[in-house]
Amino acid sequence: MILSAEKKKSRKDHIGLSEAKNQFSIALAGNPNVGKSTIFNALTGLHQHTGNWPGKTVDNAQGDFQYRQKSFIIIDLPGTYSLLAHTVEEQIARDFLCFANPDVTVVVLDATCLERNLNLALQVFEITPKVIVCLNLMDEAQKKDLVIDLPSLEHELGVPVIATSARQGEGLKELREKIYQVATGSLQTRPRQIVYSSDVEEAVRDLLPHVETIANNPLSPRWIALRLLDGDGSFLDSLSNYLSIDRDLSPGWEESKCAH
Amino acid sequence: MRPLTPSGSLSDVCGKAESVRNSNLNSLSDQIVADIYGNAELITKQVLSKKKTHQKGLDQRLDDLVTSKWFGYPLMLLMLVIVFWITMEGANFPSRLIASGLFTFQDQLTLWFQWAGTPAWIHGILVLGVYRTLAWVVSVMLPPMAIFFPMFTLLEDSGYLPRIAFNMDHIFKKAKACGKQSLTMCMGFGCNAVGVTSCRIIDSPRERLIAILTNSFVPCNGRFPTLIIVTSIFIGGTFVPYSGFVTAFVISGLILSGIAVTLLVSRVLSVTILKGEPSSLVLELPSYRRPQIGAVIYRSMIDRTIFVLRRAVLAAAPAGAVIWILANTYLGQQSIIVSLAQALNPIGQLIGLDGFILLAFILGLPANEIVLPILLMSYLSTGYLQDLGSLDGLRNVLVNNGWTWLTAINVMLFSLFHWPCATTLLTTYKETGSKKWMFLSFIIPTIIGISVCFILTQVVRSLGLV
Amino acid sequence: MKGAGKIDPLADLSPGSVCQIVSLELSGLLRRRILDMGIVPGTIIRCIRRGPSGDPTAYLVRETLIALRNEDATQILVKRLSNGEENV
Repeated sequence: MILSAEKKKSRKDHIGLSEAKNQFSIALAGNPNVGKSTIFNALTGLHQHTGNWPGKTVDNAQGDFQYRQKSFIIIDLPGTYSLLAHTVEEQIARDFLCFANPDVTVVVLDATCLERNLNLALQVFEITPKVIVCLNLMDEAQKKDLVIDLPSLEHELGVPVIATSARQGEGLKELREKIYQVATGSLQTRPRQIVYSSDVEEAVRDLLPHVETIANNPLSPRWIALRLLDGDGSFLDSLSNYLSIDRDLSPGWEESKCAH
Repeated sequence: MRPLTPSGSLSDVCGKAESVRNSNLNSLSDQIVADIYGNAELITKQVLSKKKTHQKGLDQRLDDLVTSKWFGYPLMLLMLVIVFWITMEGANFPSRLIASGLFTFQDQLTLWFQWAGTPAWIHGILVLGVYRTLAWVVSVMLPPMAIFFPMFTLLEDSGYLPRIAFNMDHIFKKAKACGKQSLTMCMGFGCNAVGVTSCRIIDSPRERLIAILTNSFVPCNGRFPTLIIVTSIFIGGTFVPYSGFVTAFVISGLILSGIAVTLLVSRVLSVTILKGEPSSLVLELPSYRRPQIGAVIYRSMIDRTIFVLRRAVLAAAPAGAVIWILANTYLGQQSIIVSLAQALNPIGQLIGLDGFILLAFILGLPANEIVLPILLMSYLSTGYLQDLGSLDGLRNVLVNNGWTWLTAINVMLFSLFHWPCATTLLTTYKETGSKKWMFLSFIIPTIIGISVCFILTQVVRSLGLV
Repeated sequence: MKGAGKIDPLADLSPGSVCQIVSLELSGLLRRRILDMGIVPGTIIRCIRRGPSGDPTAYLVRETLIALRNEDATQILVKRLSNGEENV
């Protein structure tokens, strides 16, 4: 993704991302305790630097790696159970996915408690289409006699699913390859979208025409409508903040989606 | 599409959303969460199958032991004692090795300075002040931290730490605080600055602040040497055959009183300046896992040990220079350090210390481990940091300067309850983003320390026990 | 099976028993956190163990062990499915 200089600066100040030219940005999301840092370390090796998110006391780790002559920067998002932003960590992770527009988002799941972890994955699917699911801790799942049907999971989710045991270094090669394929666009993803119960869907339908009037909106109107129904105040702050900063810099939602 | 100003359109949309939300009796946001989980459930049912096993899992059996009524608490205490014991025993040898290496290099430095014809005062500030202080801090701090933090990270990695929070929560609940505070306190034993940073694990801002403000009530690695040396000289030493045991007993007592004060202050803060939402706990107890030794050592060295050491060095280097200048600048007959100590003496005496001790604590602000060396330096007026080889030698110096058992107890209490070091204060400022909380984290322990020492001293003196 | 099907506060369950969430009477941040952990109406959860002092209590929710304070768990209403102690 090539960005203008101003856009880049506002991104850096706003979200703490500073990728070089022609570098693909990869966001790493996941619940706490799923081995996200092990994956991060395994992918980046010693090419990483840590600090805080701008203005927040939350760790921010970024690192880079090369694969097939392409350069990737990975941003380790805070470990969260959800993106509905009840904590600073969730707010950071959600704002990053919404406004920094990473080229690929890898959602790391704990294979031993798939159901709880899918909650986050499904929420990520609603924000960005370019997602890879990394099913980690497969060795632990085996110890617990859990059998997961990977092809059928891939089919249900609509995105690539890579099984890994990051501590043993298993599956990381495949993960790199899939990141490369999704980032370069050679592999298309169609993540599962949730159809809500009828009262939620009705409320969304009521709200949608109003949301569509927001100018320069980079996000899906449906998603915004859902957050509004959620009564998520922090998201509105982030959105209006983003709109006022990037008013003249970013393409509108329609154009940016058409470009893909 | 109508181009609107973003803020205007946003607030319009929000108003509309508000009315839609209010017209729905069932909370829509609950329904949204429930629907997402409904999908997750559906998918999981499709793809997951479990071979039936009837035996109780390893996790269950471990938890039966770790959180049991009878073994839960003793096991926690045992773990703590083992971690301390390995830290102190294991740090002894490398500490001596590093110290002798660094102090030998100091002689070499002195030779180079002489060869280059540098003025004596530059040599004094740089070598006897800055270098010597740094050598002290590094040799005293590095080995225990390089042992303590990896051991702690191992416990963290294995999944044991959340169980500590689980066991301890009901005690913290009574103080209207969070059970996870017990973990930040454990980190504080290594270093209070790291302890303050680790308060990030506490979700509620109110409970997080409580944990930050009370973290310095657990003695860090930099204060343990002072506590241990003073205890062994004045208390352990009087019970000769059992001195090791008595010393350990007294130190455990001090730690427990630190924990008691932590709970008390947490409680007081929750009903005064940190009133607010009632506390709660939602704690995940992850599966036990075999920790990865290599990754643990790497991570704890990079994340914690080096981090702490860097900050300590940054704080201690200028302090070394200042202390040397104070000790070697003479106003009339006396060095500044002696004049300052005399000025502080009346206050020091009131709380059972003396001017030199109080000054050593003040000058030790950059790093707690230099308190004892500064004290000896000013008692002996040698002008640079001292390390007297034997405990007997130390005891003579202290007794000759008027120390009694009461002085010793007060020094230990004041070491436990006084302002946190500069690194911890800076970290508190960074974490809270406010000078107010930094100031409170400075003043609360200070007031407690002064009051405790004052009351104890006045009671003991009026009873004529000293 | 005695007591099955009755509506009770979650905190009343003894270790080993299984129940289904009926409603959450909590509010604010705590409510959201508990929802996010997957404790939503309809979820089946099992009471696993109490802390050494009887509080907090650990529950198995969607294959994860989650500890809640008893005073918070009294505000979660559940339908009993089985009483563990009696079955064991």
